[in-house]
Amino acid sequence: MAGVNWTDSTIEAAGTNIHVSRAGRGRPLLVLHHETGTLDRLPFYDALAAQYDVLVPHHPGYSRSPRPDWMRSVRDIAVVYRGMLSELKVAKPALVGLGFGGWIAAEMASMAPADLSHLVLVGAMGIKPPQGDILDLAITGYMDYARAGFHDQKVFDKVYGAEPPIDQLEMWDICREMSFRIAWKPYMYSQTLPHLLGSVRVPALVVWGDDDKVVPQSASERYLAALPNAKLEVVKACGHCVDMEQPEALAKLVTTFIGRE
Amino acid sequence: MHLMYFTEQPMSAYPEQAGRDFGATALMFPNTNFDPKEGSRLYNNYIEQYMLAEEVGVDGIMLNEHHNAPFCMQAKANIFAAILAGMTEKAKIVMLGNPLPLAENPVRLAEELAMIDMISKGRLVSGFVRGGGQEQLATGVNPAFNRERFEEAHDLVVKAWTRPGPFRFEGTHYQHRVVNPWAVPLQKPYPRVWIPGVISKETIVWAAQQRYPYIALNTSIEQTKKIWELYDQVALQSGYVGGPENRGYLIQVHISDNEEKAIENARQFRWMQGEFTGLAHPVWSTPSGYGSPTARRAFVEFASGRAKNPRGETSFEQQMADLRIIAGTPKTVVAKLKRILEETRPGILALWGNDGRVSQEDSLTCIRLMGQEVFPAIREIAKELDLKSPFESNAPVHLKYSTDLKQTAQAAAE
Repeated sequence: MAGVNWTDSTIEAAGTNIHVSRAGRGRPLLVLHHETGTLDRLPFYDALAAQYDVLVPHHPGYSRSPRPDWMRSVRDIAVVYRGMLSELKVAKPALVGLGFGGWIAAEMASMAPADLSHLVLVGAMGIKPPQGDILDLAITGYMDYARAGFHDQKVFDKVYGAEPPIDQLEMWDICREMSFRIAWKPYMYSQTLPHLLGSVRVPALVVWGDDDKVVPQSASERYLAALPNAKLEVVKACGHCVDMEQPEALAKLVTTFIGRE
Repeated sequence: MHLMYFTEQPMSAYPEQAGRDFGATALMFPNTNFDPKEGSRLYNNYIEQYMLAEEVGVDGIMLNEHHNAPFCMQAKANIFAAILAGMTEKAKIVMLGNPLPLAENPVRLAEELAMIDMISKGRLVSGFVRGGGQEQLATGVNPAFNRERFEEAHDLVVKAWTRPGPFRFEGTHYQHRVVNPWAVPLQKPYPRVWIPGVISKETIVWAAQQRYPYIALNTSIEQTKKIWELYDQVALQSGYVGGPENRGYLIQVHISDNEEKAIENARQFRWMQGEFTGLAHPVWSTPSGYGSPTARRAFVEFASGRAKNPRGETSFEQQMADLRIIAGTPKTVVAKLKRILEETRPGILALWGNDGRVSQEDSLTCIRLMGQEVFPAIREIAKELDLKSPFESNAPVHLKYSTDLKQTAQAAAE
């Protein structure tokens, strides 16, 4: 989807600089990326920007945003993002969280349940799966971990290259370090989040790839039970990184769910 | 010169092929391969080795700790230290060391060490380490805060040993509202602290800033010299002159009454596929945030298989030629050690005598020859070279107990 005009800027919130890419017009929509950071541009972001005012912040400590040494939890990122939205005067955005970003989105929803229009969680971390465990970054090699996010390895090759450059590996290491700093124990979930989601009455869409090797699909059951107004969509022949593996399918699910108004 | 015996306490009684098939045996090699009957036999063998080491007059017995791996059976160094405190009478109990970041409660560690010091009647040397990456993963400790936890736990242990209680400690990683251990060290101001390491610059600098001896672990002569260069530079900046009393060295040395047998047994130093710790998965040995940020790029290149191990891979023969492994009869061994002493001038020397599947009989022979023939000769050489240990030179336990500090240009400017 060529022709989308992205602008990049740095927004300060809670004393932290956040790199934000923004494009499109319409209803505000915040996309929150994975624990592997994000590439600057992705077809999924472009597809959403054709319909919405899309903001893609790089999480503090990930990709282009510097690391705040004081952060100790994923909830800290959610609070900083609430501050960022307030700095930008963006009210009631739709929140689209991808994997680890889904955990942040769920935290943001729980802390201000009236200040969002829709919640979309895609293979979200943040809740302990009733069956299986979230794949452990700490014992998985860089390439093995990144590849585990994809059902079809040819798609991985297309997104990152079959042999991603050292810059990318180094960035994955930086992202890992930040994930360890804020999500080490319990690993990649919160014990209190399921209880706090009970007030989130906005429409919620829980999306899972049917071959998610990073977050077991059983976690979707707990999200559906915790969110009062949620439904599930399963994407076939797809891994954890639905946004990168099937961008058009996911964009269609999101736009259908959120609508244009 | 302070002369010590060391063994990794290998858990060598497991199906070797299973380990080779598995590959990286540190951390995830299934413990279904651990046979506790063999474990019991080996632990008692190691006690026998230590008792003989004491009998033949070593100055110290060096202990260490690792987790989840066959290369080392000591899951808690304090247990063996406590055993030796009760069973031996003369040898120093040199722990190199307790992995501080692994401690969730450093006050408890301070208590255990104080008990060991009292029971041993003041023979404890309490070294501290960061612990390898696998150790953090084996104990669920966050590798990203490894260095911060190391330094903070050290401060808390030393406070618990030296500051009258009760007091309160509010740190970043440790918070203790009541610190008042009813077990304090016998040695004053506190037991000597030595810091072992392989190469990480930050640790060398930190040790020199504390005036704690740094123990280089099996580094090459060239690497060792570079370590002392850095240590001495930081020492000068801190107001003192570094010397042999600040320098320790651990080296793999197998001694036998037969040259060929010595070399054959020395091959066991590479029983873990040539690595200290067994073949290590780089992502486990250096989890993100554990290593120095300056080495990040080189590390990811290695970890992803696009560059060779920055530590290098050398053959047994090369390691023998480089004097990183020494093997032979006492005469051969002393001549080679002399060269190391001349070139690197340590005041503390640990001989890692036995490893892998060396038989108990050969291990005991090695220890006997070490104590009765090699160490007496090394003591003479050390005298000629004026290599004094921290005990012989009565070195301060920590920089703050120094009485000889010179005001440095840096301090004067502040």
